[in-house]
Amino acid sequence: MRKAVVILGSLAVLAACSGKPASNASGSIAVEATDDACKVSKTEASTGPVTFEVTNKGAKVTEFYLYAEGDRILGEVENIGPGLSRKLIVEVTEPGKLQTACKPGMKGDGIRGDFTVTGDSKKSSDGNALLGDATKSYQRYVSSQADQLGAKTEEFVNAVKAKKVDDAKALFPVARTYWERIEPVAESFGDLDPKIDGREDKIENGQPFTGFHRLEKDLWESGLQADSDKIADQLLADVKEIVAKSKTVELTPVELANGAKELLDEVATGKITGEEDRYSHTDLWDFRANVDGSQAAIAALRPAVEQKDKALASTLDAKFKALDEALEKHRKGDGFKSYKELSQDEVKALAEAVDALGEPVSKVAEVVSAK
Amino acid sequence: MTTGVPRRRLLGFAGAGVALAGAGAAAGAFATRQSPEVENVAAAKVPFRGEVQAGITTPAQDHMHFVALDVKTTSRDELIDLLKQWTLAAERMTAGQEAAENGAVGGNAAAPPRDTGEALDLPASALTLTIGFGPSLFDDRFGLKDKRPEALIDLPRFPQDQLDPLRSNGDICIQACANDPQVAVHAIRNLVRIGFGRVAVRWSQLGFGRTSSTTRSQVTPRNMFGFKDGTRNIKAEDTDLLHDHVWATDGPEWIRGGTYLVARRIRMHIEIWDRTSLTEQEQIIGRTKGEGAPLGQQKEFDEPDLHVRGAGGVPLIGETSHIRLASAESLNGVRILRRGYNFTDGSDGLGHLDAGLFFLGFSRDSRTHYVPMQQALSTKDKMMEYVEHTGSAHFAVPPGVKEGEFWGQGLFR
Repeated sequence: MRKAVVILGSLAVLAACSGKPASNASGSIAVEATDDACKVSKTEASTGPVTFEVTNKGAKVTEFYLYAEGDRILGEVENIGPGLSRKLIVEVTEPGKLQTACKPGMKGDGIRGDFTVTGDSKKSSDGNALLGDATKSYQRYVSSQADQLGAKTEEFVNAVKAKKVDDAKALFPVARTYWERIEPVAESFGDLDPKIDGREDKIENGQPFTGFHRLEKDLWESGLQADSDKIADQLLADVKEIVAKSKTVELTPVELANGAKELLDEVATGKITGEEDRYSHTDLWDFRANVDGSQAAIAALRPAVEQKDKALASTLDAKFKALDEALEKHRKGDGFKSYKELSQDEVKALAEAVDALGEPVSKVAEVVSAK
Repeated sequence: MTTGVPRRRLLGFAGAGVALAGAGAAAGAFATRQSPEVENVAAAKVPFRGEVQAGITTPAQDHMHFVALDVKTTSRDELIDLLKQWTLAAERMTAGQEAAENGAVGGNAAAPPRDTGEALDLPASALTLTIGFGPSLFDDRFGLKDKRPEALIDLPRFPQDQLDPLRSNGDICIQACANDPQVAVHAIRNLVRIGFGRVAVRWSQLGFGRTSSTTRSQVTPRNMFGFKDGTRNIKAEDTDLLHDHVWATDGPEWIRGGTYLVARRIRMHIEIWDRTSLTEQEQIIGRTKGEGAPLGQQKEFDEPDLHVRGAGGVPLIGETSHIRLASAESLNGVRILRRGYNFTDGSDGLGHLDAGLFFLGFSRDSRTHYVPMQQALSTKDKMMEYVEHTGSAHFAVPPGVKEGEFWGQGLFR
């Protein structure tokens, strides 16, 4: 159960890290909002940070907005009570005709005014064809894994419902492999992740324990329960929803790079400790799948990384290979040894290989976002 | 210890912004809390007795040794006797003296010294010793069942808790804070020694580097994530807030004027954190890393504005950011006085530092203060992906020790 993929693109609003508190004299723009007027002391600015000091002199609670064309919000400050002053700093990256708006009563289109920004564009250009190919190629990977996730989960669920415990146990780590490979993408759909992959000790109070790990507990520990069928049906329905949604996901190169890093974080905090699959001890399957997913994302980005930082590209190759070798030692049949069979030294060797790979992978986002 | 010239920490004086010609000048002159600008001076002495126990609103010292003990004797009289002996030793040590007169040397040479001696040449170092009583003390053993405050609950399990029973709970706690780690450790070591046979150590925790400031004159320190921590903490100067949020006014007589302490050992997965981009780190916390300004503002002490939104109307201080969830605005105005410490207990055997933050939060009622805050954090805080709560304990901290009284005397009336 980990984080959603976070969008770390250019922030339109920044917190200035230094400098004097803005005053009207030193470039901040005073806005006097009343119940029927919105007086903006200056209606022109250059690209870069623009600071508004909004004072509500009306009787209603108000809001202040800066809009780009098509009412695209560049920045806003809400909930300004009567008599209060609030500050809004907006990083305007493009010149153009903008609009300011006060919204007394916090509703409607507000009292609009024109606001002109001049100067050079401060936007980073990322029209790199290699990066465009990378995101498309990774989306194809996500789509193919999602299809397999749906198919294998269905087989697993059918086995559970047919009370074929041994079959279900064999299918459990297989279905999870496809889940774990694309986990950061799946997790970006908020509520579904805890329902599908929540661990008993991690779910919120009052929320039922459902999904893969609940069935894992039934199969390995407590035996199938009266409601196991219901849990299985729900799991399949939730997984099908993820499968459909994951085909619509559009990822940026930075998200791809962060997804690759998050998959390794998953390994380092959940799998390496044997916490994830505490009943079945099939953690190494999940481990393998997380590394596969991370590698797929990095592979998609590799041409761009190669172009921008050749040394990093070869480090990544070498560290993925080293982790592969460490992991493949523990293969058994079609899958892996039980986590229980690993010695402390073997766990430590795996942890070190993950750390060694995690460092270079964490540098990829920076490289692909560089201009 | 009373006569020696302080041999350590002399360099620290300059850091505290105090010009001192010689260390001797410091002795005695900084005996009270009225000189906050010298609070980090090694020689500072904090009075043991007062209206409230020292070590709560006392300017946070740099080091901590915290111990939780289980009472082993079943005799109420032995427990009272121990508390009396502890009081004597604690008062002496906070004054920069040995645990007992002629304790380290100068006693009977045929006997083991009554003070362990490692603080012999060290000044008081602003040592404070603070006692608290855990829920488990209020069972049948000492006839204290009806003295248990309702607020001294068994803390509920919070989502994602990974509590180690060997790092949790306890009948009694003693918090030692000092500007010299050796002074803090010496104090706990000697108190534990006095207690052998009557109490046994359940767990203990060392902390270095305070992670909150409790007065306005202190610079906000940084935690192991590299962020300033405790900018909006309640400070000693905020007497109204202390009254509203820290000092208990309800419950049995003995706890009124005291407070409740929640201690949590929070392991941080710092290696994972260190691989996280600066932007994401700042979004998780809700502040900039350098200045410590709330996102959307410019300076550390600018008030966070939870209503500022950026491109696309997305809140700058995200819905799952730490400072939003922990803010009084999101918690019906509730606030807690924190005295946390960084810790690093070596490594975990997998090549990762066993490091984190030892959280110490004081409030007038944990049911209305700590519990709702932790409930919100453990379910929504994005930071939970980088931390794990591995220890937890709850204590009722009695009010200050008056002249002629012993620690927790009110409890046995």
